[in-house]
Amino acid sequence: MNFKLKIWRQKNAKEKGGMVSYDVTGISPDSSFFEMLDFLNQQLIISGGDPVAFDHDCREGICGTCSLYINGRPHGPVKGVTTCQLHMRSFRDGDTIHIEPWRARAFPVIRDLIVNRSAFDRIIQAGGYISVNSGGVPDANSIPVPKHDSDAAFDAATCIGCGACVASCSNAAAMLFIGAKVSHLALLPQGRIEASKRVQSMVARMDELGFGSCSNTYACEAECPKGISVINIARMNRQFLHAKLVSEKEKIIRESL
Amino acid sequence: MTRLNARIPEGPLAEKWKAYKSGCKLVNPNNKRKLDIIVIGTGLAGASAAASLGELGYNVKVFCYQDTPRRAHSIAAQGGINAAKNYQNDGDSVYRLFYDTIKGGDYRAREANVYRLADVSTNIIDLCVAQGVPFAREYGGLLTNRSFGGAQVSRTFYARGQTGQQLLLGAYGALSRQIAAGKVQLFNRRDVLDMVIVDGKARGIIARNLVTGEIERHAAHTVVLANGGYGNVFFLSTNAMGSNVTPAWSAYRKGAFFANPCFTQIHPTCIPVHGDYQSKLTLMSESLRNDGRIWVPAKMKDVERLRNKEIKPSDIPDEDRDYYLERRYPAFGNLVPRDVASRAAKERCDAGFGVGSTGFAVFLDFADAIKRKGHDTIDSLYGNLFQMYEQIVADSPYETPMMIYPAVHYTMGGLWVDYELMTTIPGLFAIGECNFSDHGANRLGASALMQGLADGYFVLPYTIGNYLANEIHTPRIDNDLPEFKVAASEVSDRLNKLKNNGGKETVDHFHRHLGKIMWEHCGMARNDAGLTEALYLLNELRYDFAKGVKIPGAMDEYNPELEKACRVADFIDLGELMVRDALQRRESCGGHFREEYQTSDGEALRDDSHFAYVAAWEYKGRDIAAGMHKEDLQFKEIKLSQRSYK
Repeated sequence: MNFKLKIWRQKNAKEKGGMVSYDVTGISPDSSFFEMLDFLNQQLIISGGDPVAFDHDCREGICGTCSLYINGRPHGPVKGVTTCQLHMRSFRDGDTIHIEPWRARAFPVIRDLIVNRSAFDRIIQAGGYISVNSGGVPDANSIPVPKHDSDAAFDAATCIGCGACVASCSNAAAMLFIGAKVSHLALLPQGRIEASKRVQSMVARMDELGFGSCSNTYACEAECPKGISVINIARMNRQFLHAKLVSEKEKIIRESL
Repeated sequence: MTRLNARIPEGPLAEKWKAYKSGCKLVNPNNKRKLDIIVIGTGLAGASAAASLGELGYNVKVFCYQDTPRRAHSIAAQGGINAAKNYQNDGDSVYRLFYDTIKGGDYRAREANVYRLADVSTNIIDLCVAQGVPFAREYGGLLTNRSFGGAQVSRTFYARGQTGQQLLLGAYGALSRQIAAGKVQLFNRRDVLDMVIVDGKARGIIARNLVTGEIERHAAHTVVLANGGYGNVFFLSTNAMGSNVTPAWSAYRKGAFFANPCFTQIHPTCIPVHGDYQSKLTLMSESLRNDGRIWVPAKMKDVERLRNKEIKPSDIPDEDRDYYLERRYPAFGNLVPRDVASRAAKERCDAGFGVGSTGFAVFLDFADAIKRKGHDTIDSLYGNLFQMYEQIVADSPYETPMMIYPAVHYTMGGLWVDYELMTTIPGLFAIGECNFSDHGANRLGASALMQGLADGYFVLPYTIGNYLANEIHTPRIDNDLPEFKVAASEVSDRLNKLKNNGGKETVDHFHRHLGKIMWEHCGMARNDAGLTEALYLLNELRYDFAKGVKIPGAMDEYNPELEKACRVADFIDLGELMVRDALQRRESCGGHFREEYQTSDGEALRDDSHFAYVAAWEYKGRDIAAGMHKEDLQFKEIKLSQRSYK
């Protein structure tokens, strides 16, 4: 198969970037999208050019490293897959393919198609965990969890932290990412203990980091490679509201004493 | 050659770890605050260790090459994690898990370490549940288990086909909590390129900032390696693209012994190789063997008709199929250990009965299981795996059998460590896949996650204290010491030499070539002539690489080709050590199958009287052959016997 590629090239965070065209020929339909880019890079290196930088690692759809915006969609045209799981048979011979990095203020470009997603780490650091130390915990079966809660928690916990939700959102909101973590933990009895503190600190951190706010277009759910549902955003909002009300009430009681 | 001492505590096997913990030195909380620890890697071992050490009060610096700790390749582990909980009441116990692991490893692992691993396995499950890891549950709300290869009990805990992901996110949560608390400092997008040794002790590292290209010097009282396995020496493997041996290899070059490098695991159920452009292989979880039946056509006529697409697999009646694992190993059937299953697939394909376009594939068939358990049950057990398979090969396993073939997956060999997980360099520890200690010549399924977390959460936090108790008077290590400057300038020189050699071929070109040599001569089956030839080929490759590799871009910028070149340079040297190790081990055991040493029915033939030892290699210099040391393995609890799954 042959393709015309239009790829975002940007030397570093400071310099301006732009789209550059490349032709690739003789690509097998069974090769993955990255194998096609590998092929392009091999040619560029041999001919003295500058290979295209892109993030990738496991190449099996689970590490969440890959982050390409292909023909205007995060992770390309196929639903429910990451870029690394995309194969060239999903395109037509002769297609022009536009490849860009994630676009969001909170995800600055490092080089070409690579962006800095450390903001996600900082949101998790704000409380996306259960505060237990190694050792001194009860026997695993002493905490029974209804199967449907456990399954729902698992569904939320499958988030790979790739950032497609942010990239797809017209406001670059991180609500699906946070909603997934808040839901995962709040659905489990172990996680409920810190639930209200968790949701408040994670949301506060998100605001600090320059993510936008949610306007319910559900683009995030449509583009999430793991099919994480917007129900998780609703759950987070409920948690957040509840936490706010409780803390307001507590404040009033404290002040009246 | 010296005999190595693993410093295993005295006393009965089941009491050793308890005795160690009661007797080891402790560091008081005020002193912990004054001690610095470097951890390299944020997979299950590294993340769990860094989090636990931070919780204890040490100052931790943790390094990863990925953009965030959550992406380490432990995340891709699918099937599960073993633990001797005996929740199923099916006769499991710590002793049985210990026994299965020693036997599964073909009697080439250390009894005391493996017993400790089995012993702490139960604590891991408790901790992970407390962290919120959503393991699979029964309707009653309690945890459920599945079976895995090499065991006759059901002791594997799992979270659908994404157990590694869920466990890693648990450890990443714990690590994030310590980062927020200021006890752990994270250095992401860093390649660790050298160890710094001061007065014989590990005191720091040299790292390259992958974004800016800056060469950094980091100092600490002790260094922990958790950089994973070296399967990418084969180019094609189930490892992540960035998985590399470099930190461990730099430790080897600085004097840490490297043990049993030839013990590599070829996983039986991977998606077959389909073209020359391929960049990696994808694993299909071993858990699929619980319900999938492995077969090839019994008649050559059907093989040909399948290849010519005249018939479909389902057209072949049961009596014309060869369920070769069930035929050869009736007691364990499709659940034999990985090495046995892989070799059996190779045997059938080499005999010409393989399927698929290349003839190097076998069927993994779910038709019977779907009939027996129903579509929905199979979907809940393996849904994401089936989906993953379909995305890659564009075939649905619900409709037609999967095609699979063995691929490089895990490396049992690694840095030699004693009972305390310390390498031969004082103050340098190695945990998880990058050490050699617990899996012998073959790792059982669902045991890698167990070992990584056991080392990080429950073993290292004790043993590192025993070392650091003697360091409380050592002031903070200064990264301006001459040893740091020398190491940093050596790293810069090495990079410059690679970068400016005026070569013409890409790094991948050499890496592919290396992979071919290793797969052909040091893969699933090895022999004297092939290994000897590999030594010659590797020597040639090393020369060609040094003269001919072309690296574009600059040193002081994001330069993925430079990263890859450093890794491949080390892989080539490692490849040679693997071949030397495979040559000296004139027996077949676990993943190491020497064609000269097999029984009349093609099973691995071990030689306990001559080879019941760990081979630990010492670096002697760039152009000098490595020296071998031995640690004799003593089996006091388990009687050595020919492994049988028949």
